[in-house]
Amino acid sequence: MTGRATGAPVPALARAWRPGGALAFLAVLAVFPQVITNATVTTIAVDTLIFAASAAAWNIFSGFSGYISLGHAVFFGAGAYTVGIAARAWHTAGDGVFALLLLAAAVAAGLAVPLGLIALRVRRHTFVVITIAFFFIAQLTATNLSVTGGSSGILAPSPNWDPTTFNDPFYYVALALLGVTAAGSWLIRGSRFGLQLRAIRDDEERAAGLGVRAMPVKLTAFVISAIITGMAGGLWFYFIGQAVPQFAFDPLFDLSVVVMAFFGGLGTISGPILGALVIEPAQQWLTLQYSSEYLSEILLGALFLVVILGLPRGVIPTAAEQIAKIRARRRPGGAPDGPTPPTPAPADPAVRETGPAVREAGPAVREAGS
Amino acid sequence: MGRQVYEAIVDGILGGGIYALMAVGLTLIFGVLDIINIAQGILVVLGAYLSYALSVHLHIDLFVGLLITVPAMFVIGVAIQWLFIRPLRGRERTSMSLLAAYAMALIIEGILYRVFGPTYVVLKASYVTSSVHLFGFYLSYIYLYGFALAVACVAALYLLLYRTRFGRSVRATMQNQTAARLVGIDVNRVAAVTFGIGVAVTAVGGMMFGATSGGFNPNSGYDLISRLLAIIILGGLGSIGGALAAAVFMTTAEALVDIWSPDWAVVVFYVALVLVLTLRPSGLFGRGPARAQ
Repeated sequence: MTGRATGAPVPALARAWRPGGALAFLAVLAVFPQVITNATVTTIAVDTLIFAASAAAWNIFSGFSGYISLGHAVFFGAGAYTVGIAARAWHTAGDGVFALLLLAAAVAAGLAVPLGLIALRVRRHTFVVITIAFFFIAQLTATNLSVTGGSSGILAPSPNWDPTTFNDPFYYVALALLGVTAAGSWLIRGSRFGLQLRAIRDDEERAAGLGVRAMPVKLTAFVISAIITGMAGGLWFYFIGQAVPQFAFDPLFDLSVVVMAFFGGLGTISGPILGALVIEPAQQWLTLQYSSEYLSEILLGALFLVVILGLPRGVIPTAAEQIAKIRARRRPGGAPDGPTPPTPAPADPAVRETGPAVREAGPAVREAGS
Repeated sequence: MGRQVYEAIVDGILGGGIYALMAVGLTLIFGVLDIINIAQGILVVLGAYLSYALSVHLHIDLFVGLLITVPAMFVIGVAIQWLFIRPLRGRERTSMSLLAAYAMALIIEGILYRVFGPTYVVLKASYVTSSVHLFGFYLSYIYLYGFALAVACVAALYLLLYRTRFGRSVRATMQNQTAARLVGIDVNRVAAVTFGIGVAVTAVGGMMFGATSGGFNPNSGYDLISRLLAIIILGGLGSIGGALAAAVFMTTAEALVDIWSPDWAVVVFYVALVLVLTLRPSGLFGRGPARAQ
C-alpha cells in the first residue's frame, strides 16, 4: 500500500502476503492456549496480550502523532475501576463482566475528551509532563474517593470457570482486543486520517497550513487510543481480580507501553506488538526468576537502557532497512525502482509519506508473521 | 482560623525554598540540554539516603555531610549525562532521553531497595526535632536552616549563571546551541557540567527532604518528581525565576488546602498546573510559545 508512494510497484504476491502473514500469526496465537496449557505460561500469555493491545493503542496516538503520552495509565486504571464499580453495583458475574468492557470504553472516551482538549494545546515536553500530571491526579483521586475503595481498592467478581481452562476466556477476549487494535492501526495508517496524523508529527504548523485541522485530528486519535486502553484495563482488572490505586494507575504501565513501542519501532503497526511479545514475558520471567522484585526492577531498567541506546529506531525499522539493503544489492545496477534506504524524496515534508516508518509498514507486518 | 492560614503561608514559603532548589536543578538541565530529567526525583531520594548512610554509620552531621554528598552527586550526574544522555541523537531524542532517564530511575530505585529496603527512614538530628518560637509560631530549626541553605544555594547558582564566564556560556547554550558552538563554546562540556550541577543540588534537596518529610523510602521518588515537574512547567520551562515562584506558590497552596482537607492537598499541585496551562500554555514565566514547545 505504501510502497507505491516511493514509486516502487509492490508485487501482487507481496501485497497478498502481508495480511496473510498477519492472519497466520493470529492463527498461531489462537491455537496457542490449546497446545500449551501450563497455567503459568497462559497467565503470562494473557498479560502479554493485554499489554500488546495497550502498546498498540498507545502507538495509534503517540506513535503516529509524535505526542508522547506518559499518562495512558489514566485510561487503563479508569477502565479497571469502571468494570469493578459497575460489576459490584449490578452484581455482574461470569461472562457478563466482559460486556462491561464497553462501559469501560465509554468512560475512557469520556475522560479522554476533556483531558485531550487541555493537554493537546501544548507540545513536546510540556505535553509529556501534563500527561504525567493527569496520571498523578487520577491516582490520587482513586485513593481518596470512597466509590473506588480508597487505598484498599476494589475486588473483581471471581468467575466460576473450569480451573483447567480458567485462563482461556481471558486469553481470547484479550486476543480479540489485540486483533481489533492491530486492524484498527492498519486501517488508520493507510487512511487520510493516518496521513494527517503523521503530517502533524512531522511539522504541525505546516500541516495546519495545508489544511489539516490539527486539534480534531489529534483529539480523535487520543480518544481512539484511550478507548482501547480503557478496555485493556477493564480486562486486566477482571483477570487480576483486584484494582488498587498504585497498580491500576501504575507508572510502570506508562513506561512499559512506551518502551515496547520504541523497542519494536515507533509508528509501525507490528512494532509495538512485537515489543510487547518480547518485553512483557521477559519482565514476568524476571519477576518469577528472581523472587526479589527489586532485582528484576534493576534488570528491567538495564534492559530498557540497552533498548534505548542500542536500538534507537526499534527492531522493525532497523530490520526493514537491512532487508532493503540486501535486496538492493541483489539487483545489480541499483534498480531505479528498488526500495532505496529512506530518503526524504518529495519536497514537501508535510504531505510526503512521512519518514522511513511508512515505507517499512510492509516488512513490519511480514516480520511479525514469520 | 486566621492563625492557621498564617502558619500555612509560613510553612509554604519555607517548604517552597527546598522545592525551589530541587526544581532549579531540573529546569537548568532542561534549559541547557533540552531534556526532562525524570530521574531527578529518585536522585533526591538517593541524596537523602547518602546523608542517611553518613549520619547513621559514620555519625557525620547532616550539614557537614553535604561536603561529601554534593560532590558525589555531581560526579553521578556527570556520569549519567556522559554515559546515557550524550549518546542520544536524532529526531526522537526528546522522548528517548526521557525514557533513558526513566530507566535510570528504575535502576537507582531498585538498587536503593536492595541496599536500604522498603522501610521508611527519617534523618535525625537535634535540630530536626527541636523548634524555636518565632513571631508567634513554633518553627523547627531544620526548616529555618534548610530555607537559609536553599536561598544560599539558589543565590550561588544565580551568581554562577550571571556573573561568571561559565555562566555566560551556559546561558548562551540555553538560548541557541548552534550559535553557542559557533562562537567557540564547548557545548558538550557545558552540558555535562550543567547536568552535574543540576544533580548536585539534589544532595542538598535530598538532605532537606529526608529531614522534613517525616520519612522516606525508595518509592518516594515518584511523588517528588511529579511535584517537581508540576513546578517547572508551571514556572515556565527553563525559567529559573519561574521555578522559584512556582515552588513557593505550590507549597503554599498545598499547605492552605491542607487545613481543610489533607487528602486533597496534594491534588492542588496538579489542578493548579492544569488550570494555569489552560489559560497560559507556556507557564507563568515561560518565554512564549516557541520556547514552551
